[in-house]
Amino acid sequence: MNAITTAVIDLKQLELFAQGDTQVHGRDARVKVLVTLFFILSVISYHRYEINGLLPFTLFPIIMVCRAELPIPYLARKMLLICPFILLIGAFNPLLDRSTLWQVGSIEISGGCISLLSLLLRSFLTIGAALILVATTGFTTICQALERLGMPEVFTVQLLFLHRYLFVLAEEAERASRARELRSCGSTGRGIGSFGSLTGHLLLRTWQRAERIHTTMLSRGFTGQFHGQRRERFSHADLTFLISWSVTFLLMRTMEPATLLGSFITGAFP
Amino acid sequence: MSHHIVEVKNLRHVYADGTVALDTVSFRITHGESVAIIGANGAGKSTLLQHLNGCITATSGEVFIGHIPLTRNTLPAIRRTVGMVFQYPDDQLFMPTVFEDVAFGPRNQGLPEELTAERVREALELVGAAHLASKPPYHLSGGEKKRVAIATVLAMSPDVLVMDEPTSGLDPFARRQLMGLLREFHHTKIFTSHDLDMVLELCPRTIILHEGIIMADGATADIFANDHLLAACRLEKPFALQGCPVCRTSTN
Repeated sequence: MNAITTAVIDLKQLELFAQGDTQVHGRDARVKVLVTLFFILSVISYHRYEINGLLPFTLFPIIMVCRAELPIPYLARKMLLICPFILLIGAFNPLLDRSTLWQVGSIEISGGCISLLSLLLRSFLTIGAALILVATTGFTTICQALERLGMPEVFTVQLLFLHRYLFVLAEEAERASRARELRSCGSTGRGIGSFGSLTGHLLLRTWQRAERIHTTMLSRGFTGQFHGQRRERFSHADLTFLISWSVTFLLMRTMEPATLLGSFITGAFP
Repeated sequence: MSHHIVEVKNLRHVYADGTVALDTVSFRITHGESVAIIGANGAGKSTLLQHLNGCITATSGEVFIGHIPLTRNTLPAIRRTVGMVFQYPDDQLFMPTVFEDVAFGPRNQGLPEELTAERVREALELVGAAHLASKPPYHLSGGEKKRVAIATVLAMSPDVLVMDEPTSGLDPFARRQLMGLLREFHHTKIFTSHDLDMVLELCPRTIILHEGIIMADGATADIFANDHLLAACRLEKPFALQGCPVCRTSTN
């Protein structure tokens, strides 16, 4: 199947998960956005050699995935997709930073290796949290929540349009790409040269479409402002969710439970 | 004064590249009429429709909706009167869910939320799409998108319904359903279409555009009986009037 089709189906799948009916799905979107934001801030606030402190943070995605009944293989696949990008960013760490930081028996582990590991862990945690947020809330609801949290409306509208027309653009790109492939007779055709013209055409078509959309909006009385439906519901359960997770992250960040547990175990069994 | 009258006087439109899309186009459509505007590709049909609610501005000539001239000041009122359904529903459905999309027009009209919700429900029920209310538009099939696009306009309670190629891209069942729906709409209707059988069924009056000029304006039955006129305008009779393809007998 065409790579673009697979990507679109995957994206639609992620949106379908958001229609679930668990307690996590039912939490107010604003609360979920704030908790995810606190989580990400806590995770990225560690210094680059940190691993111990990050381990307890894996609890949050694990609990959320279990409670929201999200399929782990799907999320794992999505996380693996980003691996090459992270490795590209941290690939030179082991080569540039060779100072020994840990020693396990006779094996010396350099600071570069630790920082690469820490980078991987942090990326998985933050991207995992973002994926869980989208899979339990839906992109549109997140945008609306961000607006209600004070993000300017113009950004929300941009994000909503981007999301809506991503599918349309992907379908157009897929059709153009298939037409190119079919006329390349199984070979690479004119190679990279034809992609320049193809993307140019896509851009122009997008432009024309944008004009048509604007026309349809004007036809329906659009005057520059979106009149969205405001749903103000913020229950005690939402507040408990927000406070309990925020306090947990704060404790994890300041108390370092992994080190405490280690000291306790080594203290109890010297 | 009726809001349902559409009058076009000496309309001319020249595109930026010098193409004359419309030239001296004049007609008057009265209350409750159902009129088809037909013609070959590039005849100027879509350009003409876009003048009817001020989506594009005429190079010269005038458009009147309910005796009100279309100007910059009257544009908001005219857009409330003329509901336009565009050819590609993907251009028309841009909100996160079907409900939000159908509610877009009524909310822009300043209707309170309860009334908006009622209008949305009625419009979706009318097009048989009430069950799609919570779905995002990109999850809909082509026929569903078309029906929802029509609901987005019906929710604004327009006095004049203008549709560009309403049956294009629909399967035979969806097409038949849509035609039934359009028959129920008793206000003024203006369509462009290549579906001449639909024109024959729904529109007692037809206007033929050819290279930006009105070649004929009259009763649909008379126009489809004129073979020379149809051939000159790159058109042909609807299939229903072409006779049986098996026994070659004419229906006339």
